[in-house]
Amino acid sequence: MAQLRELRSKIRATKSIGKITKAMELIATSRISKAQARVEASRPYAGEITNVLSALAGAAANLDHPLLVERPNPGRVAVLVVTSDKGLCGGYNANALRATEELLSLLREQGKDPQLYVIGGKGVNYYRFRGREIAGSWTGFSQQPRYENAAEVGEALVQAFLAGADDEGASPGADGVLGVDELHIVYTEFRSMLTQTPVAKRMAPLEVEYTEEQPAEGILPAYDFEPSAETLLGALLPKYINTRIFAALLESAASELAAQRNAMKSASDNASELVETYTRLANQARQAQITQEISEIVGGADALAAVGSDD
Amino acid sequence: MAEMSVELVAVERRLWSGTASFVVAQTTEGEIGVMPGHEPVLGQLVEGGIVKVTTTDGDTITAAVHGGFLSITHDSVSVLAESAELGEEIDIEAAKQALGAEDEAERARAAARLRAAGQSA
Repeated sequence: MAQLRELRSKIRATKSIGKITKAMELIATSRISKAQARVEASRPYAGEITNVLSALAGAAANLDHPLLVERPNPGRVAVLVVTSDKGLCGGYNANALRATEELLSLLREQGKDPQLYVIGGKGVNYYRFRGREIAGSWTGFSQQPRYENAAEVGEALVQAFLAGADDEGASPGADGVLGVDELHIVYTEFRSMLTQTPVAKRMAPLEVEYTEEQPAEGILPAYDFEPSAETLLGALLPKYINTRIFAALLESAASELAAQRNAMKSASDNASELVETYTRLANQARQAQITQEISEIVGGADALAAVGSDD
Repeated sequence: MAEMSVELVAVERRLWSGTASFVVAQTTEGEIGVMPGHEPVLGQLVEGGIVKVTTTDGDTITAAVHGGFLSITHDSVSVLAESAELGEEIDIEAAKQALGAEDEAERARAAARLRAAGQSA
């Protein structure tokens, strides 16, 4: 008796959990397309700024902007990790954090001292729980990042980077601020609905590639610059870093939603499977109960008949 | 009539693209007017400026542009902006309120938005 009631309440509970996970799956699905559209929409700007930058790099006489120059003995380096604010997205955060740990140990092997900059509540919690020092953190926009968010993060990082130019070992240089010598970013790349892979990249100093190849559209025109090429480069490079961060945030948002959708889909599938199993068990219990009742009645009637025939 | 292709892109989206016969923008060095066949120029745009595009159909498109770059080649113009709004999309009431903001950059933006929307600021 008790077992049947228990099973029925389990079925009810599992069904309502399944409804919730199904709803979350559908929400994530509808948001992925929006997130992908935003990734698409940000491409023209990224493409144009890269064009402008290569035009500048080709024309500027000397490329000695701090963001382009390798520092001789990199000491402290910044690592920016992009995670989600909320859970329920499968291995998304775990994968990103694992990739970060790999990068951190690689950097330590190279004799560098990594500083953590974290985006997203889950990453912040992870490092805070382990008592690790966080140099900077930003939360609240993991699913719908805006450019202002990226600009805020970018500004802080570029500032730390520029402040690091005059550091002598572990002591701050003339400006009295401990900066960093390299900027790295770990985010999750959106490959497809089913695959999202964490990637680690170096943002600064930027790697300058000298190519002999002609660009596809022919020789780049000889530009006039207003103001001078060096000033423009100084204004453009931080914006370029911001654009890189923004692109990473958008990719990560799409990946987070895809991971959430997959996690919620398997949760819903598991729920309906459980409901099926429980229903079968409940039916068995009900059948057993009926059989028992019948045999009790028959047994009782037999006993009564036996007593009656004795008279 | 000669024409050039114009791209107006903000970080989060492409605002407008098409062909035009004349573009006006303000760089940090001063106002620049561009017609097809202009010599290549890269310029930094002023904060809170406006860009005016005269399309080949004779329409005028105005946009408030905040912080960005202008890239001109022989037959194309690209305007790259951190944030930009087309004149017709601008919320005039919100911009008027922002005119009273504390931050000077905020006020300059609001003024540019109002000018782009065809209001006198």
